[in-house]
Amino acid sequence: MRISDLKKGQRGTIKGFSAADLPEKFYEMGLLPGIRVELYNDSWSKDPLYLKMEGCALAIRKAEANKIEVELEK
Amino acid sequence: MLRIALLGNPNTGKTSLFNLLTGLNQKVGNYPGITTEKKVGILEFNQKQRAEIIDLPGLYSLTPSSADEAIVTQILVDAQNSHHPDVAVVISDATNLKRNLFLYTQVKDLGIPTLLVINMMDEAARKGIHIDKEILERAFQTPVVKVSVRKNKGIDTLKEKLGEPIAPAQNATIPSRSKTHLVYKPNAKQRCLQESIYRYRAIRDVLKEALTVNQAEARDFTSKLDRVLTHKVWGYAIFLLILSLIFQAIFSWASTPMDWIDQGFNSFGKWVQWVMPAGVFTDLLSQGVIPGIAGVVMFIPQIAILFLFLTLLEESGYMSRVVFLLDKFMRRFGLSGKSVMPLISGVACAIPAILSARNIENERERLATIMVTPFMTCSARIPVYTILIAIAVPNQKWGIFNIQGLVLMGMYILGVATALLAAAVFKKVLKRKYKSFLIVELPPYRMPQFRNVWINMLEKTKAFVYKAGQVILAVSVVLWFLANYGYREETRVPAAQMAYENTPHKPEDFQTFASSYKLKHSYLGRLGRFIEPVIAPLGYDWKIGIALLASIAAREVFVGTLATVYSVGDKGDEAPIKQRLWGEVRADGSRLFDLATSISLLLFYAFAMQCMSTIAVVRSETRSWKWPAIQFGYMTLLAYVAALLAYQILK
Repeated sequence: MRISDLKKGQRGTIKGFSAADLPEKFYEMGLLPGIRVELYNDSWSKDPLYLKMEGCALAIRKAEANKIEVELEK
Repeated sequence: MLRIALLGNPNTGKTSLFNLLTGLNQKVGNYPGITTEKKVGILEFNQKQRAEIIDLPGLYSLTPSSADEAIVTQILVDAQNSHHPDVAVVISDATNLKRNLFLYTQVKDLGIPTLLVINMMDEAARKGIHIDKEILERAFQTPVVKVSVRKNKGIDTLKEKLGEPIAPAQNATIPSRSKTHLVYKPNAKQRCLQESIYRYRAIRDVLKEALTVNQAEARDFTSKLDRVLTHKVWGYAIFLLILSLIFQAIFSWASTPMDWIDQGFNSFGKWVQWVMPAGVFTDLLSQGVIPGIAGVVMFIPQIAILFLFLTLLEESGYMSRVVFLLDKFMRRFGLSGKSVMPLISGVACAIPAILSARNIENERERLATIMVTPFMTCSARIPVYTILIAIAVPNQKWGIFNIQGLVLMGMYILGVATALLAAAVFKKVLKRKYKSFLIVELPPYRMPQFRNVWINMLEKTKAFVYKAGQVILAVSVVLWFLANYGYREETRVPAAQMAYENTPHKPEDFQTFASSYKLKHSYLGRLGRFIEPVIAPLGYDWKIGIALLASIAAREVFVGTLATVYSVGDKGDEAPIKQRLWGEVRADGSRLFDLATSISLLLFYAFAMQCMSTIAVVRSETRSWKWPAIQFGYMTLLAYVAALLAYQILK
C-alpha cells in the first residue's frame, strides 16, 4: 500500500520506494524506511497530503505520495 | 575578524537569534525575502572583541534544491569563498531535534569548527522533552548550547562559547563522505538515499541516549488549530478573510499618513520656491527633486503595512498552510503553492515579490512566477487607477457599493486573472523537461515576536526606498530637464514672443502661451509628439504620450507628469488635477479624458511593464537579459492591444 492510499487518520510505516526518482529532499526531510507517518488531513482529491511524522509535519503531493510504500498500522 | 555563519532549518528561530546577537547592527545586501538573503551583522563581545555574523538562508540539507540553498552550500564547501566562515553555528529546534541534526552532521563533516545551538528549550520543556547536553557533546565532539531565543535565555553562554576557540570535530558522522559529493553528483539519488539513511541512523543512535520524551506532558495546540486552518472549506474561508483584512488595512490605515506626506511635500516644495532665489536650481529642486522624493516616500506606509502582515504570516507559520491550501489550484497554471507568497507581495511591489520567489525549488515554476508577478496590481498603479477611475466612473452608489470602489476592485481581479492566465500560457510555451514536486514543512504555530517583525519590516521598507527611490528620483530629474530644455532657439522667450504675435486669435495671455509653447518645443514635447502617431489609435494625445514615456521608468510618475504637463497653463489657481484633466479637450473640442480614453489608459497601465526597478531585478534574478526583454515585450504588446481594442470599441 502507498502513502496516498492511507485514509485520514490512518498511520503506516514506510517500507520503501516504488520509484527511484523521488527528489533528494524527501529523503533528507526524513521520509525514510522505518519511519511512521500519519495522514492527518486530506484536501480535495487528497492532493496535497498533510503528513504527520515524529516531531514534524509535512505537505507532499499525491504524485510523490504514490511512490512511497507503507505498511498500514492497525 | 572572526567570521561566524549562522545556519539551520527554517522556523528554528535563526533570524531571531541573529537579531538578538547583532541588534540593529546589520546590513542586508540586496533585497530580502524572508531570510532568503545574505545578511551580515556584527556581534560585539563584552571585552571589545567583535565578530562578523552571516545569517544564511534556512535549509534542511546541504544538497541544494533551490537558488537560495545553493548559496549556502557554495559558501560552506568552498574554502576560498569570500564568505567562508571560521565557525559555523547550527541552530536547531529542540522539539524536532532528529531532523535538525541532519543538517548539523553534514556541516560538521565538512570539517568546519561547529557549534550546536538547541533553541526552543522552553517549548520542549512544555512538551516533556528532555535533552542531555553532555551526551550530545561527547558523541559529536562539539560544544552544545541550550537556549531559548524567545525568552532570551542562554544567549550570554552562547556569546561566551563563541569567544573561545572551537576545534573542528575529528569524528565524521559518515567517514567516507568528502566535500566533493556536494558538488559533483554521479548517480546522486542513490548516494543521497544511502547517506540519508546512514545519517538518520547515526542520529537516532545518539538521540536514543540523549533524548527522553515524557509523553504524558505532550499537548498539541498546532494539530487542533490545523483541523480548522487547513480544512477543505474553512481553511479557504479563513484565508480569504485574512487576505481581505490585509487589503483593508493597507488601504484604510495607509491613506491618512499618505495624505500627510503628500501635503507635507507639497508645502515644502512651495516653501522652497518661496525662500530660494528664483532660478534654474530652485526650479530643479521644487519641480524635479522634491516631487520625485515625494513619489517614493508616499508609498512607504502601504509597503510597511504589507511587510508587517507578510512577516506576521511567515513568522506564525501560517504561510506554509497557504502553500498547502493553494498548491493544487496554482498547479493548474503551471505555478506552485510557493508562488502564492510572491503574488500576494506583488500587490505592494513587484520587486520584493520577485525576490521572494527564490525559495521555489522548481526552476520553471520560479521563472513563471517571476514573469507574471508584475501583473499584480502594485501600489504604484493605485494613484493612476484612482485618478482615471475618478474621471471615467460616476461617483454613485449601486446598492451598498460605491461604483468607483467596485471598478477598483475589478482592476485587482483583472491583475490576478491576467497573472494566472499568463502563467498558464508559459506552462504551454516553456515545454522544457522538468520535474515539479512539493515538499514543505508545516511548522508548529508560534506567536510572532515583536522584535523580529519590527526589524524585518524596517529592513525591507528601507531596501525598497533605496532601490526604487534611486530610479524614481533620477527619472524625475531627467524629466524635469527634458521638459525645460530643447535644442532649438524656439525654447527661448523671443521665439515664443514672435509666435505669440503671429497668432491671429489670442485666447490666452502671454505667460500661459509662453510656457505651453516652451513645453511643446522641449525635448520631452518633441518625444511626445514623435510617438503620437503610435498612440493616437489608443486615444492619447502627445501630452499623455509624455506621461507614458515617463512611466516607463515607474508608473506612479504618470499622475505627477500629467500634473506638470497640464499645470503649464495655470495661473496659480489650485484646481485639483482631476478637474484639470476633465477640462482638457481635443482639437475638435471633445473631451480628451472621455470614457474610451480613460478605460484604454486603465488597461494599458494594468498590463504594461512600466518599472525600471522591476526590469533590473528580473535581470539579476534570471541572470540574463532574455527574460526581462521577453517580459517587457509581451506585457507591452498585451497592453497596447488591450488599450487599442478598448478605445476603438468604446469610441
